[in-house]
Amino acid sequence: MPIVRSLRVIGKRAVNGVWRLGNATRFFMLTLLYSGISFRRFQLVIKEMFYSGVMSLIIIIVAGMFVGMVLGLQGYETLKRYGSESALGTLVALSLVRELGPVLAALLFASRAGSAMTAEIGLMKATEQIAAMDMMAVNPISRLIAPRFWASVISMPLLAALFTVTGVFGGYVVGVVVIGVDEGSFWSQMQSAVDFQHDVMNGVIKSFVFGVAVTVIALYEGFDAPPTAEGVSGATTRTVVQSSLAILLLDFILTAFMFRGD
Amino acid sequence: MRAPENQSGFNYVSSQALVEIRDVNFAYDRRPILKGINMTLPKGKVIAIMGGSGCGKTTLFRLIGGALKPTRGHVKMDGKIIHELGRQGLYDMRRKMGVLFQFGALFTDMSVYDNVAFQMREHTDLPEEIIHDLVMMKLHAVGLHGTQKLMPFELSGGMARRVALARTVALDPQLILYDEPFTGLDPISLTVVGNLIRRLNDALGATSVIVTHDVQESLKIVDYIYFIADGVIAAEGTPEQIQASDMPFVRQFVHGEMDGPVPFHYPGGNYKQDLGVRA
Repeated sequence: MPIVRSLRVIGKRAVNGVWRLGNATRFFMLTLLYSGISFRRFQLVIKEMFYSGVMSLIIIIVAGMFVGMVLGLQGYETLKRYGSESALGTLVALSLVRELGPVLAALLFASRAGSAMTAEIGLMKATEQIAAMDMMAVNPISRLIAPRFWASVISMPLLAALFTVTGVFGGYVVGVVVIGVDEGSFWSQMQSAVDFQHDVMNGVIKSFVFGVAVTVIALYEGFDAPPTAEGVSGATTRTVVQSSLAILLLDFILTAFMFRGD
Repeated sequence: MRAPENQSGFNYVSSQALVEIRDVNFAYDRRPILKGINMTLPKGKVIAIMGGSGCGKTTLFRLIGGALKPTRGHVKMDGKIIHELGRQGLYDMRRKMGVLFQFGALFTDMSVYDNVAFQMREHTDLPEEIIHDLVMMKLHAVGLHGTQKLMPFELSGGMARRVALARTVALDPQLILYDEPFTGLDPISLTVVGNLIRRLNDALGATSVIVTHDVQESLKIVDYIYFIADGVIAAEGTPEQIQASDMPFVRQFVHGEMDGPVPFHYPGGNYKQDLGVRA
């Protein structure tokens, strides 16, 4: 019976999905529980911030610059129709601070640092490094996972802020320097329109939440990966796909709560 | 050499037992792997656990290390039943153990120095100067003084195994577990690693358990051998007893005979029928 078989497959996948979600939640809780060492030996977190944060700087800065430049071009073309070119600074800044900065920075972070974390942890598992650590009476979650988690959670808002700043600069270059929008109105309208509490802080909260989601997915997928080449490869792919979907879903939920009725 | 039905413990030495394995049974799902295993691992001795692939020797290894829980029976070390220990108790017990994994399992993001220093930094408050001296001594003991700045990818297989050995004995463990320590080594490295296992065990006064296929190298360095087949101890004895044994299973294993109690052919049904040949 094809229908019964299909239902069985769907049911199995659903149960498997719920099972993995439960395991990931437990993994997240254990990471928080065993985070003590990350704060007592903060140099472990700093070392990981170099790999996840500093090594992501180039892609974040370049992408931020180009997104800001495109926003400047597209925004100018649209605003010109209504004679509101002077509002270009507001458009660029609000788009980046509220949405594009946190979301695109998180997507890039998931692709660059998240996939690297999954591959690294997965390979450590495949080569018995995690088992060796456990047999040395060193808790792998405490020593390996928690420092990476906190390093990424700290790095993510900083990277999103950098993305936004370079994006605004890109918008300025295209809008003011290339097209010729008035520099005074570009900056003054931006300054009066962007509210620190409402816009900037909400953007920071978003990037923090995205950082937690991406990092938990990346670390869990690596830790749970089958110890084979195929297993690690599959886990790395899942990290990018699941992180991207999680970022977009969380963005919608957070936006609905933060900016409703504006 | 004693017959398997007489297995109840050690009688070849009078030294005190460090690890006692009593009536250990283990099954994955419902598939039995180990059935009623009894062993006594005395202090100061090197013991080999041998058997064909899939016979359950690695499972036994993991049971001793507390990575698995027996379905019946127990493994006792220092008077404590390992599977009854909580996480902290198990970690306290593991601090008395050293484990050498099959391919070393060196931390690939750390130098040789940091690998050997890892446990010292994690478990002790020793100043860095003392750790430095200890690392140098451990590396010297395995003949690799001068490699401290190298990364694991710069080491040959034999060197990596020796660095892993230095890391394993970093905190002078009471019990050292070796999982296939001779796999993939050239004859020189194999002899070096074998001699190091013996010498380090004697120097530390530890107990070593080697899970291995390598009969000839093991016979040179161990005090006692257990053969496991089909989840039970099929034979046991000192190297001399094993070499002199006329038990078919032991002879097949020691001399590497192709066919015998362990059949060459997988029990895969009727071959002629699969080829379509009519009787």
